Amino acid sequence: MSEKKRIFSPHEKEIIKDIHKELEIPSRRMFGKRLLSLGAISMLTGCSLDNDESIESALMVISRFNDKVQGILFDPNRLAPTYPASMITKPFPFNAYYDESEIRPNPENFKLKLSGLILDKKDWSLLELMALPQTSQITRHICVEGWSAIGKWGGVRFSDFLKRIGADTSAQFIGFRCHDDYYTSIDMATALHPQTLLSLTYADEVLPAKYGYPIKIRIPTKLGYKNPKYVKEIFVTNVNPGGYWEDQGYNWFGGS
Amino acid sequence: MSLLESLLMRQETLTPVYVRISHWINAIAVILMVMSGLKIYNASPVFNFLIPRSITLGGWLGGALLWHFAVMWLLVFNGILYLFANIYSGRMKKKFFPIRATELVNDFIDSLKGKLTHDDLSKYNSIQKLAYLAAIADLILIIASGLVIWKSVQFPILRELLTGFDHARVIHFLAMCFIVFFLFIHLIMVALVPKTLLIMLRGR
Ligand code: HEM
Repeated sequence: MSEKKRIFSPHEKEIIKDIHKELEIPSRRMFGKRLLSLGAISMLTGCSLDNDESIESALMVISRFNDKVQGILFDPNRLAPTYPASMITKPFPFNAYYDESEIRPNPENFKLKLSGLILDKKDWSLLELMALPQTSQITRHICVEGWSAIGKWGGVRFSDFLKRIGADTSAQFIGFRCHDDYYTSIDMATALHPQTLLSLTYADEVLPAKYGYPIKIRIPTKLGYKNPKYVKEIFVTNVNPGGYWEDQGYNWFGGS
Repeated sequence: MSLLESLLMRQETLTPVYVRISHWINAIAVILMVMSGLKIYNASPVFNFLIPRSITLGGWLGGALLWHFAVMWLLVFNGILYLFANIYSGRMKKKFFPIRATELVNDFIDSLKGKLTHDDLSKYNSIQKLAYLAAIADLILIIASGLVIWKSVQFPILRELLTGFDHARVIHFLAMCFIVFFLFIHLIMVALVPKTLLIMLRGR
């Protein structure tokens, strides 16, 4: 969940709003038009690279290549650093593709849906999830924008959950659909990483609405936009489900 | 003589062709990295100022990241090839070493008096040697700190060396500032001794 500014600077808020406005216009969703800041580059080259679809597709090809490189760099046994409680960032920033006043948490009687390459697709209530063995960790959340913040998340180790529901762990992707219409997906190796959590708590309390009630997938080896909140459905697939930001040009692997 | 050797050893030129090619690739890569990097900086400024949009590349954060993580390959592999060829051929040692403190002091005083001559363009004076080596070292630091920001979990030793993710961001930014400063001085020097530009373009 990313692309939203907190305390840094008032101007930046404006720019982000700008971008959101632009993104709301469907024809602008393909970022090609905004790929280049023309003034500078056309001065440099003496020609305009505006609307150059070959540049855009070349950049996307390299981004797919970077997915592969990150898959190779990713070490399933290497742990993200953990921190003492004294280093937790307070308040932990809210971040989503919309403003904090527009939060849409899942309803109280919520049930988690499962679909795709999973043997036991029964729904899960929050109480059932809380009855599973729990673990917690204090890790650094790194946003694609560059800021980072340390927080404490607790919940079910995601690899345990995948085994319990009979997920096909030889499949390539796990997809997430969220109550706020956000969506994203991750590679299986990251899903099975020991620090990847189906998290139900923040700072030892039931996930507050702004941090993703009732389920956030917490992945300290991935950037913030690959850590979905308000998760309502999890599916296992061999077709890359993409993601809200990924489909607009953010790198799909999004590792850290 | 193999093609590789002839590329590396040819002596009739002052600047071998691989240096010229890699220099210009590097210049383009550095400029694109700086421009896209400044756009990324604007998404979450480490310091208390923003960069004017007009000198940034990418249009929005996602576009700038695509540029940055594409051109980085050009910067890195071009740099590796340059360093490898330069060291392997012995040119590195010949052109950049030794740098003597007394020469530096003398050259510095001469340059202040406007007397630092560029008569023999086949040799770098000690200030040039130091400046070029500093630029090369700075680019290595930029790449190392960039790796820590890009994949901080996957490069733990580098991350601890640079004292953590947040410090790596500051180091990356300051190292970028240094390369821009270098480029600024570098361009002034080229304007003062334009013959060197011809050499960098055609080797003579
Ligand atoms: C940030 C980008 C740049 C970097 C890091 C850079 C770095 C360097 C380095 C390390 C050298 C010495 C190379 C060697 O002998 O192995 C050099 C030489 C040179 N560079 Fe650049 N350069 C950059 C941009 C430029 C630009 C834009 C120009 C042209 C206007 C330029 C013109 C020259 C010239 C003419 C020389 C030869 C100087 C001489 O023979 O005394 N450079 N540069």
